[in-house]
Amino acid sequence: MGVGMTAAAAGTPEARASHEARPAHPLQRRRRPGEALIQGFLAFCGVISIFTTLGIVFVLGRESLLFFSKPEVTLAEFLLTTHWQPAVGEFGIWPLVSATVLTSLMAMLVALPLGLAVAIYLSEYASARARNLLKPIMEVLAGIPTVVYGYFALTFMTPTLRTIFGANVVEIYNTASAGLVMGILILPLVSSMSEDALSAVPRSLREAAYGLGATRLEVALKIVLPAALSGLAAAVIVAISRAIGETMIVAIAAGAGPNFTLNPFKAAETMTGHIVRISGGDLSYDSLDYDSLFAIGMLLFLMTLGLNLISQRVVRRFREVYE
Amino acid sequence: MSAETNGPLGGAEQTFDAGLPQRKRVAVAWHTLFLASTIIGVIALTALLYTVINQSFGLVAVQNRIEPASLAVDGVPLAQLTQEQYVAILQANLSPGVFRRYDSEQPFTERSRENLYALVLERVVQPRYVKTWPLIAAFFDRAAIETEVARDFPGAKLVFRSWVTPDFLRSPQASAPELAGVRTAILGSLWTILITILTALPIGVGAAIYLEEYARASWATRLIRTNITNLAGVPSIIYGMLGLAIFVRGAEALTSGAAFGLADPTTANGRTILSAGLTLALLILPLLIINAQEAIRAVPRSLRQASYGLGATQWQTIWRHVLPSALPGILTGTILAISRAIGETAPLVVIGASTFIVVDPNGPFAKFTTLPIQIYQWTSRPQPQFRNLAAAAILVLLALLLTMNTSAVLLRNRYSRRA
Repeated sequence: MGVGMTAAAAGTPEARASHEARPAHPLQRRRRPGEALIQGFLAFCGVISIFTTLGIVFVLGRESLLFFSKPEVTLAEFLLTTHWQPAVGEFGIWPLVSATVLTSLMAMLVALPLGLAVAIYLSEYASARARNLLKPIMEVLAGIPTVVYGYFALTFMTPTLRTIFGANVVEIYNTASAGLVMGILILPLVSSMSEDALSAVPRSLREAAYGLGATRLEVALKIVLPAALSGLAAAVIVAISRAIGETMIVAIAAGAGPNFTLNPFKAAETMTGHIVRISGGDLSYDSLDYDSLFAIGMLLFLMTLGLNLISQRVVRRFREVYE
Repeated sequence: MSAETNGPLGGAEQTFDAGLPQRKRVAVAWHTLFLASTIIGVIALTALLYTVINQSFGLVAVQNRIEPASLAVDGVPLAQLTQEQYVAILQANLSPGVFRRYDSEQPFTERSRENLYALVLERVVQPRYVKTWPLIAAFFDRAAIETEVARDFPGAKLVFRSWVTPDFLRSPQASAPELAGVRTAILGSLWTILITILTALPIGVGAAIYLEEYARASWATRLIRTNITNLAGVPSIIYGMLGLAIFVRGAEALTSGAAFGLADPTTANGRTILSAGLTLALLILPLLIINAQEAIRAVPRSLRQASYGLGATQWQTIWRHVLPSALPGILTGTILAISRAIGETAPLVVIGASTFIVVDPNGPFAKFTTLPIQIYQWTSRPQPQFRNLAAAAILVLLALLLTMNTSAVLLRNRYSRRA
C-alpha cells in the first residue's frame, strides 16, 4: 500500500529533514492521510446507525406534531377517547391499543409458558442428540416470514377455532387466531433467549444441588431458574415488545376496522394493522390520514423502545455475576 | 447412606426417603410437561407446513367457456392445428377491436405457434376454475367431490393440479387465478435484495470494523453500541414509515429516477425498487453489524500482532489479515440478514409496493412487487383460488429461504472445521 509513503515521498526539504531525523524520534507516529481517510469513512459507517435513530425520531415526531396541530385533533382526544374513525374526525387511539394489547396478551399466553418449558427442556433435560434435532426446528420456526404465519392464522387457526367454539361465536377475522399464531411465531425467540440465560448459569451451582440430593426438577426450578432470572425477564420483555410491533399476522387475520372490544373472538384492528391497511391504499401526503399514521407509529415506537430499554436495564442491574 | 434410625444425620434420612417417591412423581410430571411443550412447537411447524402443502396441490373443477373439442377442425384436435387455423379461430371468436389490438402488439404472422395456441386458450377457451379442493380432500373424498361437481357444475371437468408449476414461476401477475404467476414478484424481490446488499453490506461491515478495531472506549462508542442494540428491536413497520418519509417522499427526485433523467418527472414517484432496497438496508443494518462484529471479534489477537510486528499499518492488517479470516463469519451473518429482508412485508407495504405488476421490473427505478407482498395480497382476497396461489407462492418463498439458510449453515460448518 502506497498511502503511507506520500509524506516521505513528497520531497520537500521539511519532509526529507524529518525523514532523516527519524532516529532521533523513533517513537513519533508518522502521519498517514490514507489511513485517516479510511478510518473516517469507517467511523461514518458507524455513525449511520445514529442517523437512523435520529431519522426515525425526527420523521415520527414532525408528522405527529403536524397531526396534533390540526384543529380537528387534540392530544387529550387522542389519548382518552375510544373511537377511531378518521372519516368523521374521531381520533381516539384506544380501540387500536386495546386490540394490540389483546393480541399481544394471547401471544404471551402461548409463547411464555411454552418458550420457557422448551428452554428448560433443551438446557436441563435433553440429550445432545435430542438438542441437535430440536434446535434446528426452532430455528426454522424463527426463520419463517411473518406473512406465512398470517396465512397460517387465516387458513388453519381461524377454521380450527371456529370448529371448536362454533362459527357463530368466532368471527372470520378475530384477534384470538392472530394472537395464538403470533405466540407460535414468538416461541422460538423466547426459548432461544431463555436457553442462553439458563446455560449461562455455572455447572458448579447445579452440581452442588445434586450433591445435596436434589432431583433434576428441583435443580432446574429452584437453582437454575432463580439464578437466570434477569436473563429470563429480559426475554419476556423483548417478546412483549416483538408482539406489539408484529404486523403481518394481525394485518391478515385480526380484522380490518378499529373495534373497541376485549372479546378475542371478534374482529379488531391493531396499531400496526391499521398502519398497514391505510398506507396500503393510495395515501395522499399531508392528509390527516397520513399524519395520523405517524402519530400511531410514534406511540408504537415509544412503547417498543421503552420495553427494550427496560429489558437492557434488567439485564444490567439484576444479573448475577459468577466468578 | 445409612438406613439406621440414629445415623449420622440424626433421622433426616428417613424424612428424606419418605419424601422421595412424591418428589419423583412431581419430577416425572414436569418432565412430561417440558417435553410436551417442545413437541407442541414441533407440531406447530408441522401444521404450518401441512397447511401450505395441502393448499398448494389439489383438485380443481375446470369449466371452459368454449370446449376445445368444439374448436377442432376436421377431426384434428385443437392442440395440433396450424398457425393459420389458430388465427382464424381468434378472428372468429374475438371482437374486431381486441383482435386488432393483439395484431398491433405483435403481428399474428410473426407470432410463434405456441404463442398463438396460448392466446387461443386464454381468450377463446377461457378455462375457469369454478371450485378447488385441497390435497387431503382430493385423496380421501374423491367420490364425494366427483358427485358434487356432476351436480353443481355440469360440464366442468375435475383435474388434479399442482399450483406450483414452471408456468407459475414464468408468468407475470394476472387478475385471473388460472393464469397468475410470480415472475414479476420474484424479479422484484431479487432487484430489491440486490440494492439492499449493495448498500447494507459495505456500511454494515465498515461499521463493525470501526467498532471492533478503531473505536476507543468513550461515551460516543457506547452510544453507538447501545443505539445499534435498540435499533435491532425497532418494529419493521417503523422502518417502513421512515422509508416512506425519507426515501419515497423526501428524496423523491432521486429515488424516482427523475433527477437522472430516467423517468418522467410529472408521473414518476418514489415508490420504487430503490426506495424499497434502501429501506430494507436500514432495517437489516443493526443485525448485520452485530453479526459482523462477532465474526471480527473471533479473529485471534495474535494474528493482528504478528502483522503489526512485521510493520504493517492498521488498515493493512485489517484488510489483509483480519477481514479474510472473518469473511466466512461475515458472509454467514449477511446471508441470515438477507433472508430476513427477503421475507419482510410490512415495511414494503407501507412504502407503497404496488400489488399488480405485469411488466418485469427493469431497474432500480421501476415500480415493483415482491414475493411476500404477493402472498399478502393473494391471502387477503376472498376467492379460495387465490388462497391456493398464495400457498404456492409461500412454497416458492420457503424454498428460496431454505436454500439461503442451508448455504449459510454449510459455510459456517466449513469455517468452524478450519478454525
